[in-house]
Amino acid sequence: MERIPILKMGDFLLVTIQVDLYDQLAENLESDLINTINKHNSKGVLIDISAVSIIDSFMGRILGNIAVMSKIMDAQTVVVGMQPAVAITLVELGLSLNGVISALNVEKGMDLLRAKMYNGDKEEQTYDDSNQ
Amino acid sequence: MTTATNKEELFIVKEQDVVPLRNRVKEYGVKIGMSILNQTKLITATSELVRNLLKYGGGGRVIIESVTNGRDLGVRVIFIDKGPGIKDINLAMQDGYSTGKSLGLGLPGTKRLVNEFDIQTELGNGTTVTIIKWKNG
Ligand SMILES: Nc1ncnc2c1ncn2[C@@H]1O[C@H](COP(=O)(O)OP(=O)(O)OP(=O)(O)O)[C@@H](O)[C@H]1O
Ligand SMILES: [Mg+2]
Repeated sequence: MERIPILKMGDFLLVTIQVDLYDQLAENLESDLINTINKHNSKGVLIDISAVSIIDSFMGRILGNIAVMSKIMDAQTVVVGMQPAVAITLVELGLSLNGVISALNVEKGMDLLRAKMYNGDKEEQTYDDSNQ
Repeated sequence: MTTATNKEELFIVKEQDVVPLRNRVKEYGVKIGMSILNQTKLITATSELVRNLLKYGGGGRVIIESVTNGRDLGVRVIFIDKGPGIKDINLAMQDGYSTGKSLGLGLPGTKRLVNEFDIQTELGNGTTVTIIKWKNG
């Protein structure tokens, strides 16, 4: 069965989605990620979707699930590189990716995850490009 | 009047049929020079409707056409299943209505993404959904 590789980088997991998702692939990714977070006690998950040209309600929901599940396991999820056309389409479809933190690219996403780690005690924070 | 200039038909019986369908629909959009944004909306709509066709309709067939109305070029996609049909179409078209414990976004969201949307359904006889995305729509 086809699976999306998950890369371990220290405390973080990096997933680069290179193919267009279909339902089974997205579901496998969700369960694989949860297992991997659990196994390595990871603190952050970075999902690069810059190569993904379509996200419909099902896949959008899976991204939301991943964010919620990882949070429960004390890991933060950041989605990076969403194409503008994909973002606009999701809004028009009516799907708001509540709880999914996004960043422009992998580098910015990494910064976000690190900031989150070093401010681990503090509860909810909002991050933007300005250094707090 | 909308006329078709080119068409093909694909049979959709399993989830693995979805990716090739999305790719074919994209090729139709590319061929008429549709923008990336309109292509993305069309393919996302296709993805939603083909999931309904598989999940509720038990599979079916999809017709992809290049169409013109004299002023603009477009892509028409027709989803035909012989499943149970939809009992209350007004309800099904509402945001958040789902019999499948889902988000209930597929039908109303798809309607927002395309330029023309038509749904015909008959209990016990199946459902046909027709969408058109115009190149400049
Ligand atoms: N082809 C079909 N045959 C029979 N019933 C259908 C069909 N398509 C949709 N329906 C019915 O209409 C309802 C609404 O469909 P819609 O796609 O809007 O939402 P959903 O599929 O339940 O959720 P989502 O698409 O957000 O995952 C479905 O729950 C189902 O009851
Ligand atoms: Mg649906």
